[in-house]
Amino acid sequence: MSGVSTLFKRELRSYFATPVAYVFIVIFLVLSGAFTFYLGGFYESGQADLRPFFTFHPWLYLFLVPAVSMRMWAEERKSGTIELLLTLPVTTWQAVLGKFLAAWAFIGIALALTFPIWLTVNYLGSPDNGVIFASYLGSLLMAGAFLAIGSCLSACTRNQVVAFILTVVACFLLLLAGFPLVLDAVRAFAPQGVVDAIASLSFLTHFAAISKGVIDLRDLLYFLLMIGFWLYASALVIEMKKAD
Amino acid sequence: MIETRQLSKRYGDLVAVDGISFTVEPGQVLGFLGPNGAGKSTTMKMIAGFLAPTSGSASVCGFDVEKQPLEARRMLGYLPEGAPSYGEMTVLEFLQFIADVRGLKGETRERRIDDVIGRLHLERVVEQPIDTLSKGFKRRVGIAQAIVHDPKVLILDEPTDGLDPNQKHEVRSLINDMARDKTIIVSTHILEEVHAVCDRAVIIAAGKVLADARPAELEARSRYHQAVSLTAVDVAAAREALARVPDVASIEVDPQDGRITAFPKPGRAIFNEVGDVLKAQNIAVRELALEGGRLDEVFRTITTRAATAAQEART
Repeated sequence: MSGVSTLFKRELRSYFATPVAYVFIVIFLVLSGAFTFYLGGFYESGQADLRPFFTFHPWLYLFLVPAVSMRMWAEERKSGTIELLLTLPVTTWQAVLGKFLAAWAFIGIALALTFPIWLTVNYLGSPDNGVIFASYLGSLLMAGAFLAIGSCLSACTRNQVVAFILTVVACFLLLLAGFPLVLDAVRAFAPQGVVDAIASLSFLTHFAAISKGVIDLRDLLYFLLMIGFWLYASALVIEMKKAD
Repeated sequence: MIETRQLSKRYGDLVAVDGISFTVEPGQVLGFLGPNGAGKSTTMKMIAGFLAPTSGSASVCGFDVEKQPLEARRMLGYLPEGAPSYGEMTVLEFLQFIADVRGLKGETRERRIDDVIGRLHLERVVEQPIDTLSKGFKRRVGIAQAIVHDPKVLILDEPTDGLDPNQKHEVRSLINDMARDKTIIVSTHILEEVHAVCDRAVIIAAGKVLADARPAELEARSRYHQAVSLTAVDVAAAREALARVPDVASIEVDPQDGRITAFPKPGRAIFNEVGDVLKAQNIAVRELALEGGRLDEVFRTITTRAATAAQEART
């Protein structure tokens, strides 16, 4: 496990060694604030809760998380450091995990920095802080799932732009898996069972369930399995196409 | 110790490495030579455990690189082709990271890091991000990370590429210093380097081993081996005199600087005879030298012969 924690520290530090971290955090905070107050009608709703804040998280993540994950492996390939990394005494799986956890922690930091809005809503009224906590948890889990997808697609290419676009598309499809846009396309050729299975993969449905304040084991499992599956796929992809 | 057995790598129809077998013992420095694209780097990547061989096997200190990858990698220091490193880190951060992954702790860690910084003269740049360094410094940072854990086995892919002559000299003496108790493979296409650091040279082309010998033995294969070269005031007279030495097989005159080279018949030494004849005929000579043999010529002969053979096999 020491391999994972060493890689984790290096990766997390490297975010802050470049402007990536600061640009990401500033844009995330500004956009999440702007969406909450202007699109979400935070004041107009007259309710002391953070619903307008969390509603926009999936859409923010759709573009911001792939921007974090795109460099994860594509950059290692491009600069050749993948050869250095994978000839150190760490397993591919440790490398995948270390990188993923660092990116997840980084997004966790950005998410934690939204605390002023939590203070605001507590100042204005008396919200249900349990629901807010659950929403934060759901948001973090969803970001993790986005990142795991990004990790896998970043491992497929040495081009960060390709990794970014692929990840946005994959995440967009999974976000909307429960909606007609995706389901109608599947329904054309697949039986109802498959359609239902795909509908149940929707990020939005599971996120909405958690942000209501009900932490259902199934929703937690869904995100954790999603993360596990895509990280496993990342390790496979890296093993298969090391040399490219 | 490094051992490879029938190590091969195929990419579809392309055979990059074709059944390479050799053993390198501790205390040996093996120079890996070959034209670009001969399979040098691919072979090294397989020994370092980055690429999986298509067939055959490689082991480092008795650990098979595929079956016991972590044990093998712990024994190994590796400088990949192009000396990649994390550009946004400072030299010190990077070396600390490698030391941590290698499991160095406490005082040993500090001592080893200080040691490699000193050995590769990185003191001036330890606090600089690697991206801002010159090519020579980047290469030395790459070598530093490869030796920070004092590995038993060292694989260096073109360690002196991009260094100036002084730095090359330093890296070569560093390799010589470490050679006593380590097993080292160095790839290069600088032939003078083979003389300077290697006690064994393996020449490969098109993925096959074409020669495996001590550098001096390779030089003995050169047609320049034991040849005598000289510059004379009167070229024509000197040439005539040399032709009279019975063991001289042929004489060549460099059209540019008029340097004369006399080649001996196989297995004969002509240096003394040539000296005697010149003295007897009173021919003024500016300079007279015995040739040891030219590695670049041997290298060219061996690798081009292989290329033509491959061409013929295909047609």
